[in-house]
Amino acid sequence: MTGTPRRRLLAYFARRPGAGSWALLTPGVLWLTLFFAVPLAVLLGYSVMHRGTYGGVAPGFTAEHYRRFLDPLYLAVAARTLWLAIATTGLCLLLGYPVAYVIARAGRWRNTLLFLVILPFWTSFLVRTYAMIVLLRGSGVINAALMGLGLTHAPLDLLYTPGAVLAGLVYGYLPFMVLPIYASLERLDLDLLDAAEVLGARAPSRFRRVTLPLSLPGVAAGSLLVFIPALGAFLTPDLLGGAKTMMLGNLVQNQFGPARNWPFGAAVSFALMGVVFVALLAWLRVRDAEAAA
Amino acid sequence: MTRRLPPLLVAGVGGIFVLLHLPVLLLVLYSFNASRYAAGWTGFTLHWYARLLERPDILRALRLSLVVATVSTLVATALGTLIALALARRPFRGQRLVEGGLYLPIVTPEIVAGISLLILFAALRIPLGVGTVLVAHTAFSLPFVAVVVLARLRGMDRSLEEAALALGADEATAFRRVTLPLLAPGILAGALLAFTLSLDDFVITFFVAGPGSTTLPVLVYSMVRRGIEPTINAVSAVLVLLTTVTIALAARVGGERGA
Repeated sequence: MTGTPRRRLLAYFARRPGAGSWALLTPGVLWLTLFFAVPLAVLLGYSVMHRGTYGGVAPGFTAEHYRRFLDPLYLAVAARTLWLAIATTGLCLLLGYPVAYVIARAGRWRNTLLFLVILPFWTSFLVRTYAMIVLLRGSGVINAALMGLGLTHAPLDLLYTPGAVLAGLVYGYLPFMVLPIYASLERLDLDLLDAAEVLGARAPSRFRRVTLPLSLPGVAAGSLLVFIPALGAFLTPDLLGGAKTMMLGNLVQNQFGPARNWPFGAAVSFALMGVVFVALLAWLRVRDAEAAA
Repeated sequence: MTRRLPPLLVAGVGGIFVLLHLPVLLLVLYSFNASRYAAGWTGFTLHWYARLLERPDILRALRLSLVVATVSTLVATALGTLIALALARRPFRGQRLVEGGLYLPIVTPEIVAGISLLILFAALRIPLGVGTVLVAHTAFSLPFVAVVVLARLRGMDRSLEEAALALGADEATAFRRVTLPLLAPGILAGALLAFTLSLDDFVITFFVAGPGSTTLPVLVYSMVRRGIEPTINAVSAVLVLLTTVTIALAARVGGERGA
């Protein structure tokens, strides 16, 4: 049997373990290279080329598209994107931390509550964004309720506002904040809290000086998981925001669509990627600092 | 020492749970509402679901979504599992690069991934269609599968595999009879994630789908853009049902394996 191709192949991989690893890796890595890395490289190339007359690009090198980004018009879009992403992260933290805390202390209800947090994650993001339209629009549920209660006489303009986008983002990404915080609270050694109590710490100070510091890795991970998709949001501002609440994602789409300025769209894409990487590096530093402490 | 949660905290969190689920529940409820425009309830109807069956475009999009999700899940699960197996074996040159590289597609904004694929296809004059959608879906779900399977592999007790090898099994047999069965729940979880990611994806598909390759989310989006109508509530309810059934089935299969 030693001569069969399968045996010979196995013998070869046994002698050269590195070759075996690469044999396993090649198909997937090739796929990701061809359909993720190469397109990204092409996009990077486009961002420093001249603009084509009917979309596309023309040969030549220029940095003008990155300079154009400094135009107050586009800086305003960047600023709006940044504050919406930060506000989304902050609100998710404010709502998500208590949720994670209660689940971690919920005893036999724990699995049910956890399931209830994960369920929206499996529900189509598009459907959930559309559900927000149904709630917020002029003839929507909230306006009907407000008018029914006699609180307003005419429907309020809730949709197509920055507030609507913020609500949509928070609603969309809240589970991403809850799960990592829950994971770090669940691992927390309850004996530490007992020790703090025995030593005379009251509930607020037990929370502030024991629970909170020990859950910070979860807070950092959750914040990253909310901040990154909120920064790159496209669908939420597109459906809930209207023209005045454009975010960077919409600016990119606009440049490749109606505005027909592909190189500028590419430059905006990399500005977006840049902020994502700054956030990632910040998180890595926080994580390493915590690991060292 | 058991600690009671402050009632105010529990009430507040209860409110957040309601907010988290109310929008979709209302949407499903309204898909049975007879009124076309008003937010008020005017009676129960299945009319909007009947309308769905009269729309060949919706049925076609639903079928395509299921086909794309199935095929891309199979390919992504196979390739992603292979990557995870390679990364969990002995260390090799370039390992850190590959592992770090896996996270790049996960953190890249979908709009950037979608646009860059679109311009690649345009530059190569590849017509947009089912093929480009399949390629894109496989690419974005592959890293998720690899990360999930890798986590399972790293948490696994490798001594069982070593025992099999010590008892005379060759690497292939040890893999097939020991590693693979232990790894199966991880692979299943990865596949499930890939399937729902594909079924739900709108942004990337929006850019790489051609006229003949509209998936259900892309169709729903264009319906929403054209104007709100109750049929959308019914399609949305179908989409919600579809993912819920997938999760329930997976939980069932997973439960049987675990038992």
